[in-house]
Amino acid sequence: MKVLIAEDSDSDRLILSAFVRKLGHEVFEASDGIEAVALFADVQPDIVLLDALMPRMDGMEAARQIKALAGEQLVPLIFLSSLSDASELARCLEAGGDDFLVKPYNRVILEAKINAFNRMRTMHRVLSAQRDQIRRQNETMVEEQKVARRVFDNVAHTGCLNADNIRHHASPLSVFNGDVLFAADRPGGGTLIFLGDFTGHGLPAAIGAMPVAEIFYGMAFKGFSAADILREINRKLRIILPPGMFCCGAMLDADFKLGQLRTWNGGLPDGWLVRADGERTVIASKHLPLGVHPPEQFSASMTVLPVVPGDQVIVMTDGFPESSNEQGQQFGEAGVRQVLDQLQPGETPFHALMAHIRQFTGKPEAADDLTLCALEIIHQEQYQAQNDRPPESALFGPVDWHCVYEVRERTLADFNPLPLLLHICMEVPGLRRKSGEVYTLLSELYNNALEHGVLELPSEWKASPDGFGHYYQERKRRLTETGGHYIRFSLSHQPTATGGQLQVVCEDSGKGFDFARYFEKVSEMQLPSGPRYAGRGLEMLKRMARQLRVHGRGNHVELVYDWETTETNDGVEPGHNETLRIADD
Amino acid sequence: MPIEARRSDDGQTLTIRVEGRFDFSTHQAFRDAYEHSDPAVTRYVVDLSDTTYLDSSALGMLLLLRDHAGGDSACISVENCNSDVRRILAISNFEQLFSIR
Repeated sequence: MKVLIAEDSDSDRLILSAFVRKLGHEVFEASDGIEAVALFADVQPDIVLLDALMPRMDGMEAARQIKALAGEQLVPLIFLSSLSDASELARCLEAGGDDFLVKPYNRVILEAKINAFNRMRTMHRVLSAQRDQIRRQNETMVEEQKVARRVFDNVAHTGCLNADNIRHHASPLSVFNGDVLFAADRPGGGTLIFLGDFTGHGLPAAIGAMPVAEIFYGMAFKGFSAADILREINRKLRIILPPGMFCCGAMLDADFKLGQLRTWNGGLPDGWLVRADGERTVIASKHLPLGVHPPEQFSASMTVLPVVPGDQVIVMTDGFPESSNEQGQQFGEAGVRQVLDQLQPGETPFHALMAHIRQFTGKPEAADDLTLCALEIIHQEQYQAQNDRPPESALFGPVDWHCVYEVRERTLADFNPLPLLLHICMEVPGLRRKSGEVYTLLSELYNNALEHGVLELPSEWKASPDGFGHYYQERKRRLTETGGHYIRFSLSHQPTATGGQLQVVCEDSGKGFDFARYFEKVSEMQLPSGPRYAGRGLEMLKRMARQLRVHGRGNHVELVYDWETTETNDGVEPGHNETLRIADD
Repeated sequence: MPIEARRSDDGQTLTIRVEGRFDFSTHQAFRDAYEHSDPAVTRYVVDLSDTTYLDSSALGMLLLLRDHAGGDSACISVENCNSDVRRILAISNFEQLFSIR
């Protein structure tokens, strides 16, 4: 160790130097304060022994200058003093001294002090090195997060978060706080928003967020319902997340045309629907977070709220109510309610909440651990103008195809082919938002073929409540006798200039029916007796399809369904189709 | 549970919620949901929030419920239909028989 000894008395300095050298240290000698400071800068000693009273510059001033030169480094400074006045000794320490030795020196104590300060100096050096290392690593991590954020942004693009009717606050690196916010336009018109908050922070949360983004945007684009998307996110997270990690989330599904908002909240703080007149409805957490339940126990049940243009919907992560002020008090959910209570006319809930949280925390940037999103309900026309872009192309994905699927024998009893057939049709881009109609077309054809064709069940049975029950009991019984029977679906799809055309042919092995008489009978039945329990299926087909033909003996039904990518008019237009009631062969 | 029935606190309203596909397979459960209900029930709500698809036999079941509840004097609302389900109800002119919300 290098030891600097500053002492104006030559004899004292010689004695001290000799002693310190004997302890095995390298000694540098100065005879006054100025020399001591110069020598300190020159040789950078590890410990300084400094006489308090010296000519030219005393120990106090030298101590101040030496400490300034040492900067962050710990250089222990021990005052040598013949002073015994307590306040004088205290002054030495105030000037930057770490300890003092009173003359005459006790060698044992001097040695012990040098050793003690050496330990302290070593510890300080280790801690400093560790601190520097942590600082460097943190800089690297922040840099890596920025790059990772760019990768994440490419997967979880902002979707339609920048739409005029959506306002949001999220930290640029929020994904590493576990917060995710996605928004997508529904193919059928409307907006879908998902806000998620993963337990935990950093890399695990960010990794979990990636598949959620992919599922959300992929399924929303294809037109899956919000409930389907939630189920898939839950299924995926349940597989990939370790136990104890999950994702609190809220889904908002706004249909501007129907004036309907569907909400789901699993584990996030209360969201709010704030009406234009200030009245509000809570969107409370009613479900477990995503990734907790296995698929069969998961509930994607959504709450439906009627909405009108001007209504505002607010969702937030728990970082918002948990924001605290300088006194450590939390903003709280009560704080949120209070802000919404005191909403001024013309003030949006989003801006009011952000202004209050900034004021409360005293941070102009608000905390980076909170995400807040507001969706304004707008008119359908406004939404369309905002989304003025070419309709989704029907060019991507399977649009031109034909397939035949025949269900035979016992399989008729055991297997429902409708989900499979629907799935094939839903692969056509843009057709998914017509899934309800396509399902109805397929299920009417299939049930007619099975119940009236193969099983020969008369629909007249369904004329009374008991008959209705009897009908389905008999259906179940007759399903055990399907030997020799089949139902064959031939599906074709081809693109058209404005959408596509789906042709469905359904043939069965049954005896068929006298369709000419059937239509007469149906129209007769309708007149006197008012609404009937049955006989509605074919009529629904007629109204939804452009063309409905019945061939052969009535066991071969063909329908043509036209659909368009752009929503024009959803009203029912009877008489617009060309239904042929009479067989052409 | 694809069918869930719940009485309101005053006992006068019975809400029947149908999850997933509303078709013949739910026939028995749907009927059970209202047939043995308390005579105090005067109002029925069919909540289709979670109903994805609906076929013509479901329409028949709605009519059975309507007759059970008093036919033309029945007080039944069909609520929270998605746009697909709403269209099918519209095609069948069910607005004339039920209050569809």
